[in-house]
Amino acid sequence: MDFIQIIKLLSGGMAVSIYIFVVTLLFSLPLGLLISFGRMSKNPVISGIIKAYISVMRGTPLMLQLMVVYFGPYYVFGIQVTNSYRIVAALIGFVINYAAYFAEIYRGGIQSIDRGQYEAAEVLGYTRVQTFFVIILPQVVKRILPAVTNEVITLVKDTSLAFTISVAEMFTTAKALASSQTSMMPFVAAALFYYVFNYVVAFTMEFFEKKLGYYR
Amino acid sequence: MALLECENIKKSFEGTEVLKDISVNIDEGEILSVIGPSGSGKSTFLRCATGLEKIDGGRIIYDGITYADTKDGVVTYASKGDRRRIKALFGLVFQNFNLFPHMSVLENIMDAPLRVQKRDKKEVETEAEALLGKMGLTDRKNAYPCELSGGQSQRVAIARALALNPQILFFDEPTSALDPELTGEVLKVIRSLSDLHIAMVIVTHEMAFARDISDEVIFMENGVIVQKGSPEEVFNSDSERMRSFLGRYGNI
Ligand SMILES: Nc1ncnc2c1ncn2[C@@H]1O[C@H](COP(=O)(O)OP(=O)(O)O)[C@@H](O)[C@H]1O
Ligand SMILES: [Mg+2]
Repeated sequence: MDFIQIIKLLSGGMAVSIYIFVVTLLFSLPLGLLISFGRMSKNPVISGIIKAYISVMRGTPLMLQLMVVYFGPYYVFGIQVTNSYRIVAALIGFVINYAAYFAEIYRGGIQSIDRGQYEAAEVLGYTRVQTFFVIILPQVVKRILPAVTNEVITLVKDTSLAFTISVAEMFTTAKALASSQTSMMPFVAAALFYYVFNYVVAFTMEFFEKKLGYYR
Repeated sequence: MALLECENIKKSFEGTEVLKDISVNIDEGEILSVIGPSGSGKSTFLRCATGLEKIDGGRIIYDGITYADTKDGVVTYASKGDRRRIKALFGLVFQNFNLFPHMSVLENIMDAPLRVQKRDKKEVETEAEALLGKMGLTDRKNAYPCELSGGQSQRVAIARALALNPQILFFDEPTSALDPELTGEVLKVIRSLSDLHIAMVIVTHEMAFARDISDEVIFMENGVIVQKGSPEEVFNSDSERMRSFLGRYGNI
């Protein structure tokens, strides 16, 4: 079996990995912002709950979280889950985990913005919503981009954890192929895939960083 | 009727009274300078007048609209609509400019008139260009704040405030963050505003400037107005306290 053939066999898994990656970012980035608001809420009940949630998400392995999301409905509530729930569980697990990390990054960025920016906006008559989206958020995005890049690169590699709940992503397929062929080649192909994927991600993020480099 | 009436303003921070019974009236087009040692409450007064700090007592009336009032020891603020109407009347220039770093000079000036006042873009742009001309910054309109000197930044901040056509403009030590050789260009610009007939309240340590430009000067210390009057009265005062304060600024 040649390398091209292996790549072809792995392509389905690659698509799933990319799918997990894209959906996770699409949902966890906005959700993280929302969660950071909760974390900074003046209401101690809200901020307390969010703080505990973030702490659990960051303090326990993602692999375990995926299992809880996947097996939880059956073990806890006795709900029979279908096969198609696997990918859904993986997506939910990734999104709630990454949203917690992003929330802390947003919080750091938002709190680093000078109070004078809010005051200038207030005196100029901006509403609170306008102030946040027009004045504050653009500056936050620029400041947190390096930290976000780190997380996004970690996410590329983390997608392989979906194999723990038997989602047929890239890594799962490679593992199955390797044992059936007793060959290292599928693993080499997998490594190459993750490496190229991350290279593209790093390149894209660098592009955004450059794009925002027009001001300090 | 005065454009701004502040009556018996009180403000405390953590139990320390920073403003004790401050009363000031500003008429249309009047220029008032506020002088006094650092920590005397000058900034706090401007911040209370512009709503950045909530007062603990007293009354603030803008152009006949009550902004804040105190009844039975409880301070109440105007409704949202009135607050918006009042906000359109004043502007504030900060000591450290607070320009928006991600917006160009022109965007800094045009964004609020477009977004807040929802004015016509062409008209706003024409006006912004004219303001930049007045500030001597026409060639810097596409620059970003990080590319400007302190003096240029402060002039942009003044243009940004003026673009909303305020009737009263507050300045909190507009030249204190600048290198000495850059204060002149900013003071010159502020001087040139006097023919716009905008009322100005200027907190400053530039005594010669205050004496030349002001219709009225107040001297604040420890949260009270110690002296109030025409520049001649205040700067030629026999008061021991006044003389020793002014003495620190040399001959003016
Ligand atoms: N947000 C605040 N919290 C606590 N104390 C404050 C605050 N703002 C000002 N103060 C205190 O109020 C006093 C007056 O400050 P300020 O109005 O800034 O004086 P000035 O502008 O005349 O130098 C100072 O003693 C200052 O420490
Ligand atoms: Mg001050």
